[in-house]
Amino acid sequence: MGKLSFSRKSLGIPYALFLLLFVAAPLLVLIYYAFTNGQGQFTLANLTGFFTNPNTLGTLCYSFAIAVTTTAVCLLLAYPTAYILAKSKLKAKSVIVMIFIMPMWINFSLRITALKEILTLIEGNLAYYPFANAVIGMTYDFLPFMILPIYNTIVKLDESLLEAARDLGANETEAFLKVTLPLSVPGIVSGIAMVFLPAMTNYVVLDMLYNSTYIMGSLIGSYFAAYNWNGGSMIALILLAIICLFTLLTRGAEEEENPRGGALL
Amino acid sequence: MEQRENIIELKHITKTFEDGFHAVEDFNLEVKRGEFVTFLGPSGCGKTTTLRMIAGFDIPSEGEILLNGKPITDLPPHKRPINTVFQRYALFPHMNIYENIAFGLKQKKTPKDVIDKKVKKALELVDLEGFERRKVSTLSGGQQQRVAIARAVVNEPEILLLDEPLGALDLKMRKEMQLELKAMHKELGITFIYVTHDQEEALTMSDKIVVMSEGKTQQIGTPEDIYNEPKNAFVADFIGDSNIFNGIMTGHLKARFCGGEFDCVDDVEEGTHITAVVRPEDVILTTPQEGTIKGVVTSVIFKGMHYEIAVASGKNEMVIQSVRSAKPGDPVGMRVDPDNIHIMIAEDHTNIFAVEINRNHRLEYNETVLDTSLTKIIKGSRRSENGTLIDAAGEAIDPAKIRIIAAIGPNDIKLTDHQDEGLVQGYISNLIYKGDHYSYVIHTDMGQDFVVNDEYLWNMEDQVGLIMPVDKMTFSVKR
Repeated sequence: MGKLSFSRKSLGIPYALFLLLFVAAPLLVLIYYAFTNGQGQFTLANLTGFFTNPNTLGTLCYSFAIAVTTTAVCLLLAYPTAYILAKSKLKAKSVIVMIFIMPMWINFSLRITALKEILTLIEGNLAYYPFANAVIGMTYDFLPFMILPIYNTIVKLDESLLEAARDLGANETEAFLKVTLPLSVPGIVSGIAMVFLPAMTNYVVLDMLYNSTYIMGSLIGSYFAAYNWNGGSMIALILLAIICLFTLLTRGAEEEENPRGGALL
Repeated sequence: MEQRENIIELKHITKTFEDGFHAVEDFNLEVKRGEFVTFLGPSGCGKTTTLRMIAGFDIPSEGEILLNGKPITDLPPHKRPINTVFQRYALFPHMNIYENIAFGLKQKKTPKDVIDKKVKKALELVDLEGFERRKVSTLSGGQQQRVAIARAVVNEPEILLLDEPLGALDLKMRKEMQLELKAMHKELGITFIYVTHDQEEALTMSDKIVVMSEGKTQQIGTPEDIYNEPKNAFVADFIGDSNIFNGIMTGHLKARFCGGEFDCVDDVEEGTHITAVVRPEDVILTTPQEGTIKGVVTSVIFKGMHYEIAVASGKNEMVIQSVRSAKPGDPVGMRVDPDNIHIMIAEDHTNIFAVEINRNHRLEYNETVLDTSLTKIIKGSRRSENGTLIDAAGEAIDPAKIRIIAAIGPNDIKLTDHQDEGLVQGYISNLIYKGDHYSYVIHTDMGQDFVVNDEYLWNMEDQVGLIMPVDKMTFSVKR
């Protein structure tokens, strides 16, 4: 923030105010709470507490596991789907893509409630398979976010690159592995970013499937519900740090793959 | 292995696409080992499709492709000893130059040290020594072009296919690369099959040129043959500048066209409709008295080596290249040496003429709207709500970008005294009696000659209208 050019400066004021009030200020409050105890005195107890408490650590690992599994399942489902869609010669391609996106137009809680009914029908009691249910629910919710970026990169892929590979002695499988797959990495990376991050924290899905405090989001919720503002803030801060780190990593990967704009010229 | 003279043979190749479009029809070609063959033709003539069938990207609907005498018609591209330089290079953006060039060798499981050596040599060949570690995106268009060539020739293919490889380069670079490619062809001894729409490029580089139009071979020959002895009006028009006239044989070795009677060397039977081709550089300017035909200079353009002079002779226009200048308005005479007149028998007298799409997106000829459905002529098009044309994808069609060609047979045109009733008006410039009917050549006010068969006798120079029913016309689209 800040380096707005003089003439446009005034246009930025509303957003700057918004940023101050709803992003910067809460962040400061969060940091303040995270490093103080209930009496308002500076302390690192919340930080050390998080890393010494097997409960919180366990939740971190558990939500990490759910996020990784969800991302992996999404990727395995989305890549072939996106590939087939992008390669199909169907004229109604965009309509089919739309069908995959359409669930997003239906109210979120309605979808999850419906899923809950179906899962109950199959499993009997949802509490028996908490991990699987979490992954199923999140995959259901996040799949379009994985399909779209991958579809977009594959559909934009220059067909002549594949022909070049085949011309140079690669069969269809080799051409896919050596050209299509590496060139669709940017799509995969943004797909992962769009699925992994929410999967770490989105406890609403789990809450609606069955009441639980298994993942990071719900953990923070439970601390706040118990009026432990300081502990909850520290967990939120740690989560924020993890997400920042992850974003930096994926951006690095994207930049590695992306400087190819001039190649088609 | 026995060394055959023909490295590749294409026999009766036909390619029909799923939408029914005939891209290539009954294409026959034999290419000798080490030859530089060029497929030349306007866009959409089927030259790229033919190249893609040789590469294996497209499978012919009919016919056979033989490589060293063995059929390879259905062989997938990766099993053919043929490599392609793509029109837009198709370099792999996620690999550096070394990896791009080494791709084919790695596929063949060549040892690393051999790959290193071959890549280095290939880069030397294209003058890009030391570029191994560079990224594709850091290279200029010309350099990418060179990498694309290196990537193909490093595999030592039996045939190198080049699909308009210089199309994206600027003129100066293109000229340089033409010479370099020619030198490379000599050095490597590989058979080159080259696709271009640039006739000058084809004449400069090739041993053999295949002129194509609308999926059909028009002529196969050396550049000299194609230039000096064009087989038909299309080739004459496409290769170099030409004056092309409809005419008729009026006696033994005598042809009448462009308003004059010329001596020629082609022995064609009297009364035959012909197409006469005269190269601009073969027309000799004389005084009006000495010329076979007379005319008035309409324009003079200085072209460096020569002047390009346009002369109007009656309704005909003759373009002349001359080292002598002239002034617009000068009366001149024109003479052509008999062996510089190329006479071709007009195989069929179908009248072909360009029609326009007017502002209301209707077909128009001679300021008359033709009552026909334009959406049926342009495949996949339809009308938008406000009457403009849009294509299948909903994009507006720019009438300036497409040419509609109409064709009508000589029996389908009627002559009338009431000139206003005709779609176009003109005077009878030629007539022959053909036993049961007369065959007329009508020179129209639109500048186009029409051949009309009519059972009634009209006189030379009669002013007539030509009634041309729209339902007898066929239309085709040129983009």
